[in-house]
Amino acid sequence: MFEKKKDELLHDHNHDGVDRRGFLKCMAWAGTGALCVMKGGVLNSYSLSRISETSTADMMGELSFVQISDSHMGFNKPANPDVAGTLKAAVDKINALSGAPEFMLHTGDISHLSKPEEFDTVDQILKSATPKDVFYVPGEHDVLNDDGKQFLERYGKGSKGAGWYSFDKKGVHFIGLINVMNLKAGGLGTLGHDQLEWLEDDVRHLTHSTPIVVFAHIPLWSVYPEWGWGTEDSNQALAYLKKFGSVTVLNGHIHQTMQKVEGNVTFHTAASTAFPQPQPGKADSPGPMKVPAEQLRSVLGITDVNYIRGQHALAVVDSSLA
Amino acid sequence: MRRSVSIASLAAALVLGTAGFGTGRKGSVASAQEKTSTMEVKIDNFSFGPVTLTVPVGATVTWTNRDDIPHTVVSTDDSKTFKSKVLDTDEKFSFTFSKAGTYPYFCSIHPKMTGKVIVQ
Repeated sequence: MFEKKKDELLHDHNHDGVDRRGFLKCMAWAGTGALCVMKGGVLNSYSLSRISETSTADMMGELSFVQISDSHMGFNKPANPDVAGTLKAAVDKINALSGAPEFMLHTGDISHLSKPEEFDTVDQILKSATPKDVFYVPGEHDVLNDDGKQFLERYGKGSKGAGWYSFDKKGVHFIGLINVMNLKAGGLGTLGHDQLEWLEDDVRHLTHSTPIVVFAHIPLWSVYPEWGWGTEDSNQALAYLKKFGSVTVLNGHIHQTMQKVEGNVTFHTAASTAFPQPQPGKADSPGPMKVPAEQLRSVLGITDVNYIRGQHALAVVDSSLA
Repeated sequence: MRRSVSIASLAAALVLGTAGFGTGRKGSVASAQEKTSTMEVKIDNFSFGPVTLTVPVGATVTWTNRDDIPHTVVSTDDSKTFKSKVLDTDEKFSFTFSKAGTYPYFCSIHPKMTGKVIVQ
């Protein structure tokens, strides 16, 4: 009976060639963390628990940065009554990394209710991190009540439209996209026409060998549309990135690590620093998952990314806060 | 004389009857109002319950967020007939429907969450 039930889940929901068994394989990283090295579009991953078997060269590169996500400052429910404490633990983890990362990306849901004091607390905690620069994109929790005005004032200087922007670091082109605005009833995340046009123009002048890192809050691939874990018009965005040999997409929103390779694109979602969410379809809703207090930090985490010049490779390392 | 008395009593009966009927009507209006004042939609597990709620014209509907995550209640029409602020856990939003019609709505934070109020 159980076996039969399990089989029923193994169909391809999204018609993208990834069945539930594939998802669960990806999910095995959650909590333990993983080192991922992408070479020529192929992603190799190593469990952090076996990291001693991985050569340091694979983890070091000319550029390294950290992704943090879903801090949800202000959340105080049983799933984690101390989100400030776990964010501080994330910063400690970042400060302990060998080879200081150059900067941090925060992929949204900085705050829980878009309150000024929530943003202030996160800013204060992140000041103690070794990397001084933080690049943000908003999550839906950061643009409540004011269509993102406060977010733009705080973090969006020099950005376009609702806050999208790009920058270059050591030959890698970074693109921050916004997919949490103007959401339509029944729909998923949305980039929108204006942003897509900007994106097409932004990458037009780049050579095909330029490594691209796209970061946005809601996954730009169909993780689980039933829970809104996807973006309506992400295919259009990815079409503009087809010419590049190496594209890495970093997202948050789903509070768990998950990876997928599709052609030249490696998709990666980061753990939350605040609370875990269930695996796709494994609960009645995507609400906060309550785990025993002593296990909480093992399901929260940070992501460390290294770029190794000449190999067109990005090594993505997930670390839990445990 | 007898006849006029009987007419008077008939009239009285009619008045009483009307009064009685009126009271009955008032009673039913009152109970309908009581009903409408408790018309509720609960938000649990990222869904509105009931998904479709049918109410009489003039009814006030109250939404209560019972999730650990904030939600909103926003009508999907262009003019946004009703739009709550963000509802944190246990916060409520009420709207009085003065016109008959079908009012689809959703959570603007989690747009997969949709519901409908039918006002008759």
